[in-house]
Amino acid sequence: MEARELTLRYGTKAAIQKVSLAILDRRVTALIGPSGCGKSTFLRSLNRMNDLIPGTNHTGTILLDDTDIHDRSVDVVDLRRRVGMVFQKSNPFPKSIFENVAYGLRVGGMKDKAALAQRVEKSLRGAALWDEVKDRLHDSALGLSGGQQQRLCIARALAVEPQVLLMDEPASALDPIATAKIEELIHELKSTYTIAIVTHNMQQAARVSDRTAFFYMGELVECGPTEQIFTNPREKRTEDYVTGKFG
Amino acid sequence: MDRQATMEQGLTQTAFAPALSPAARRRQLREKAIAGIITLMAFTGIAALILIIVFVAKEALALFTDPAARHEASLSKMFLAQDVPAGRPAFRWQPVSKIPKVSMIPLFVGTLKTTVVSMMVAVPLGVFGALFAAEFAPRRLRELLKPVIELLAGIPSVVLGFFALMVMSTVVKDVFHFDRPLNAMVAGLGLALAIVPVIFTVSEDALTAVPRSYREASLALGATPWETAWKVVLPAAAPGILAACVLGFGRAIGETMIVLMASGNADVISWSLGDSARSLSATIAAEMGEVVVGSPHYSLLFFIGVQLFIFTFVLNLLASTWTKRVMRRLTGGAA
Repeated sequence: MEARELTLRYGTKAAIQKVSLAILDRRVTALIGPSGCGKSTFLRSLNRMNDLIPGTNHTGTILLDDTDIHDRSVDVVDLRRRVGMVFQKSNPFPKSIFENVAYGLRVGGMKDKAALAQRVEKSLRGAALWDEVKDRLHDSALGLSGGQQQRLCIARALAVEPQVLLMDEPASALDPIATAKIEELIHELKSTYTIAIVTHNMQQAARVSDRTAFFYMGELVECGPTEQIFTNPREKRTEDYVTGKFG
Repeated sequence: MDRQATMEQGLTQTAFAPALSPAARRRQLREKAIAGIITLMAFTGIAALILIIVFVAKEALALFTDPAARHEASLSKMFLAQDVPAGRPAFRWQPVSKIPKVSMIPLFVGTLKTTVVSMMVAVPLGVFGALFAAEFAPRRLRELLKPVIELLAGIPSVVLGFFALMVMSTVVKDVFHFDRPLNAMVAGLGLALAIVPVIFTVSEDALTAVPRSYREASLALGATPWETAWKVVLPAAAPGILAACVLGFGRAIGETMIVLMASGNADVISWSLGDSARSLSATIAAEMGEVVVGSPHYSLLFFIGVQLFIFTFVLNLLASTWTKRVMRRLTGGAA
């Protein structure tokens, strides 16, 4: 997945300016930068979630398998099935654990009960949640702990088997133990999924990602292998940010 | 000064020095006074409600204590079929005829017919209208739609009744080929006009209160806006929507003027919507003006009031139990 010269405006105010960034297949790309730098906006434009906000417009292209996702031939519903998203605040539906995971499959037209159950189990295992919830699949998802809820949201996103998984600060509301679990999970997921993760936490970016992109004031300042960004950045601004001089 | 002396001095000082500064004292007094006034207002409202119930119940009670009333309007006369010459209806509401006939059954049937018709029309209209306004309407349209429909709620029911009587009755009669222009269908549709705004407004509030994060999660999973509205937003708002329907039902069963004007008010037992109907509330309104105070008929009208109260009370109770159960299931006791 790749953005080329992407500019996105809320009304007339540009939130991101001419960002060109490739999200490499089966790699974890971390998007870092201070608040308001446009990293979340960029992430949300990758599955066109920004369409929901009235008054947004864009120039530039975003390619998924060499097709522009804004092309007339691309249906936004199909796009979002291919590019899944996990949000900052865990947002399970007020339904049972099972129904939460099965939701994407049901709206995708899967009706066969056995197949649904199988996919739900697979997704919950994939999100390292199965052992904790297998005996209470039909209890409300809102009874889970915060960390479990977030892993449930990941399981829910995995259930539709997207190619790309976007994560918008998935661990920012969690305690260190739950955060560690999510990070471990991201490590496991990258063998099958292409992942882009927005994070405020520099250590987290260093721990989980292969590549890091640093955003500042709506621009992409620098992008490269995570190790290089953190140890030997090309840009002064990147260095100042990753060493904590501002942010 | 040794330690004990210091402590004693400290004690005596606290005991005799003023505990509070004047400003703090005034503040506390003011808080107490305000809390007192608010409590008083709250209890005045509740007291008024209780007094109404007590008064209505007391007036109805004569039906069971006064021998003359017990003879004229016993429970069996109100609720069971009466021995009548062949060909005459066994259930009649004619409380002022030479031999008073006081069967409640025609009134129940009439109320049921008008209420059911109005709910069948108003619930889908109100709920889907709210769903449209909350989920699909462009912002500008929504900002227009809500106040306009709320304005409809402010139309006096006598005006709606007049409209039902003069306009809707002929249209309905022509469309459905009914024999009579004033019937349960017209009254029910007139009632629907009154309760659609109630159901719409309360439902719309419930739908708008559903967190945006649910919608985003659903859309991000590849659901269409309609699937999101139907499978996520609507269920999440279900308790609020039920409350809206109960509120609408309460209005429909208690609404008097529209039914009085448009239903024809005949005490017939018929399930046909084309026949006239007499409802409980319209009966009270129509007869209370001419009744002899203290007579069995008078008590009977209050007894109808008690029954109306019981119906709405029971329905509210059922709805709130159901809502609690649903909430528990949805939230797993977490919220």
